[in-house]
Amino acid sequence: MSQSTSKGFSRREFLRGSSAAAAASSVASTAIGQDTAVAPQVVTGETSITLKINGESKTAKVEPRTTLLDMLRYQFDLTAAKPVSADGSSGASTVLVDGRPVMASSTLALSVAGKEITTCESLVDDEVPRAFVEHDAQQCGFCTPGFVVAVRAFLNQHPDATEEQILAGLNGNICRCGTYANVLQAVVSLVKGEQNG
Amino acid sequence: MAEVQYSWPENHKTRLLGKRVNRLDGMVKSAGTAKYTYDINLPNQLIVHALGCPHAHCRVLSVDTSAAEKVPGVVLVKHIKAPKAGEDPVEIEADGTLLVAVAAESEAAAAEGVAKLKVEYELLEPFTADDDLEAAEAKDRTRPRGGGISLDEALGEPGDDEDIEEWEEKQIEKLFADADYVVEGDYGIDAITHCCLEPHGTTLHWEGDRLKAHLSTQNVSGTDDGFAGALNLTADDVDVHCDYIGGGFGSKFQPNYWGIAAAEIAKATGRPVKFMLNREQELKVAGNRPSGFVHVKLGADESGVVQIWDSHHWGTSGFNGSTVSVNSVPYVFVPKNYRRKATGIATNNEPSVAWRAPNHPQACALTQTAYDDLAAKMQADSLDIFLRNLENIDSPEKAPLYAEQLRIAADLINWQRHWHPHGKSPRKGSVVEGLGIAIHTWGGAANDSDCRLRIHPDGGVESYCGTQDLGTGTRTVCAMVLAETLGLPVEAVKVNIGSSTFPFSGASGGSTTVGAVSESHRRAAQDALAQIFELVAKKLEVPADQLEAAGGKISVVGYSDKELTWKQACSLIGIKPLEVNSSYKRQQQGRTTNLSSSNVGGCQMAHVAVDTDTGLVKIKRMVAVQNVGLIINRKTAESQVYGALIMSIAGALFEHRINDPKTGVFVNSQMDSYRLPRLGDIGELIVHLHEPESERARGVIGLGEPPVISGCAAISNAVCNATGVRVPTLPFTPKRVLDAMRTAKG
Repeated sequence: MSQSTSKGFSRREFLRGSSAAAAASSVASTAIGQDTAVAPQVVTGETSITLKINGESKTAKVEPRTTLLDMLRYQFDLTAAKPVSADGSSGASTVLVDGRPVMASSTLALSVAGKEITTCESLVDDEVPRAFVEHDAQQCGFCTPGFVVAVRAFLNQHPDATEEQILAGLNGNICRCGTYANVLQAVVSLVKGEQNG
Repeated sequence: MAEVQYSWPENHKTRLLGKRVNRLDGMVKSAGTAKYTYDINLPNQLIVHALGCPHAHCRVLSVDTSAAEKVPGVVLVKHIKAPKAGEDPVEIEADGTLLVAVAAESEAAAAEGVAKLKVEYELLEPFTADDDLEAAEAKDRTRPRGGGISLDEALGEPGDDEDIEEWEEKQIEKLFADADYVVEGDYGIDAITHCCLEPHGTTLHWEGDRLKAHLSTQNVSGTDDGFAGALNLTADDVDVHCDYIGGGFGSKFQPNYWGIAAAEIAKATGRPVKFMLNREQELKVAGNRPSGFVHVKLGADESGVVQIWDSHHWGTSGFNGSTVSVNSVPYVFVPKNYRRKATGIATNNEPSVAWRAPNHPQACALTQTAYDDLAAKMQADSLDIFLRNLENIDSPEKAPLYAEQLRIAADLINWQRHWHPHGKSPRKGSVVEGLGIAIHTWGGAANDSDCRLRIHPDGGVESYCGTQDLGTGTRTVCAMVLAETLGLPVEAVKVNIGSSTFPFSGASGGSTTVGAVSESHRRAAQDALAQIFELVAKKLEVPADQLEAAGGKISVVGYSDKELTWKQACSLIGIKPLEVNSSYKRQQQGRTTNLSSSNVGGCQMAHVAVDTDTGLVKIKRMVAVQNVGLIINRKTAESQVYGALIMSIAGALFEHRINDPKTGVFVNSQMDSYRLPRLGDIGELIVHLHEPESERARGVIGLGEPPVISGCAAISNAVCNATGVRVPTLPFTPKRVLDAMRTAKG
């Protein structure tokens, strides 16, 4: 089951996305929705933003420095995305923003106002975590939700990925216990459309 | 009732043991709903961040906390290792040491508070050159860590008038003079850090005078007294809870000083507290494995059997100045004559803690590389040299086992086809290929474990045990053992672990957990089943020893009509549940029982490709052949070995602590710079669980450590086989490979 549409990522979209983010971060002390066309200005203090999280409309109170990760973990108790590296180099905080994978640890909450966030918790009925279980692609499990979201995003883009593409395309996530061989088996089984669980 | 004889069912009679069962907590882990210590959010909790010392060696003179205290959201600033006003300066010997903690309403406010701390330091000279014995001696940083000489009895004894030391020296000289081949070399392996993805820490709160701590720990049953001792309580005042732990690898046995500080902050503020280390602190102060460097000379006879080993190794375990245990070198191979010496070096690093298979991976990398260089010198096949030297190993009875494993591994890696003498690889452009071997040993005896098993009159089954799941799949192992014994499906038993309020079970260290819980859960289930058999026997009017439990029924062997369903059988228990408490204690039952034992061997082989232009090493294939005793869950057992192979690849090619030579600061303490392998780096991995019936009959033996030992040495040997050059120090970064090849060219 696909959780999002597999759109290409064009420069035009990127620019549009960033201008929306800039606009979103420009309004202080008022509710921030999407695409409010106001000139950028400095934001301080707590701000209300609205966004969609796992299909539900939510309001969050965030400061300019609040990360998407802290917002998810502390305001919504959504703790699947993990704080492993602030710069996102471990991939453990991977979530989908409008269907695309981002590192929640290095994304500011204000920049996702009006957007749609998908966290690993919402993938509970998805084939990806089922394949992870079937192929035991987890040991301690702390990196696993980030990996699951990254795999979901990867397969949305590359539903027929070759093993070579898989080996090249899933290097954003670090596992310390060493589950890569199992993750690889899980992803290969998904591409082949094998029944998992 | 006859006394219960604890044992495992025969291989062909098992329904679950040895089968591939999905881990019971797999979906909560994969869907991200498993709650780790970091994920526990308690109402009204404070978040604590700490200032880590930025210097490797200094004196902390004073701290000005006033600006930090004024930060909006900061609730409390607490001195940890830093001196309070009026106290003497404090010497800090490792960078990252936690000086001051800031408790605040949010992560961001705590971080801002830490940034506002003003600390006055007096810098002291740091020393972190753990590989440089001469420099360490010059700076008085060396510490003797033992040594000794062992000579073959056949050499005789010194005469009454001879000086023993002179005589021994003469014998050693003679052994080298008589040797057909002499190899002299330098080998090393850098310090690595545990780098648990869930950093060390705790989320805790007080209920009156009782401390309730969620702790990221591999020692649930043993950390309540750790808190209690430091907080002047008794262990019954502390409950430690850990459902899931995000990596431990030997570093999470204690509450640690930051855990104690968290409890004190919670007490002082009357609020719950979450205190987790940040990434940099996790790498710097929460655990590392000692480095090891060796200078070795060995002498072998004409067939390549080593007759004399003479080594001096050094390295650091941090500022306490130890190194790899002197007794572990030489490793597995123990020639008839050897001299060994170890020197610890006190560097400005946090003292090391246990890392999966303490001492073994380094000892293997310091020993079996030299053995492989013997093969290189003889231009002989490494496999032959390893096989021949099995005549002198630490457990001689294991020689046939190793020989068998080496043959299996050689088949799996296609040794005959790919082997060539060292340095004689065919070239594909700038790429050469090679093969390497190493062998290892481990104990893995079961730890102490108690289990409380409750069987309800309605057929419900629940167990309680103060063990933990480090990633091994402990819950699933407990459930499989109970279900196998009671003849039920795995899903029919409710396993409860992860709380210090449950019956004691030992720390998960040394590959002792699966053995431990298998002992306690099998005992409890067999005891309970014996009682149920008595009740059923009376009801069916048959002898109890004619009964068996299988397929959710208790039936008379050979009579399909004489049976009760599990539910019917349990209804005979009465009104109250049947409760059984079992206990396995190493001291009382011994390290070898019908259910578990210890002492395994294994071997690993690596097939690598080395780009001689760039120095880049790639794993083509790795093979692990591991002797395991009786396997409970084949699926998770294999995962352990796959993971261990990947950890070996990490230690051989990627990870190491880098200290700036001038300031001593640990400079690569983030996930982007502390390099670990990623999905595309591992090559093809083949795991073969070696389980002849004779080994299965020994019962459960721990599996976590052994396969993590010999991979680094095997990769080093494969790179040497490919290039004809020994890269001395692991991990083999491209620069190190290029440097070694340049040095060899002269």
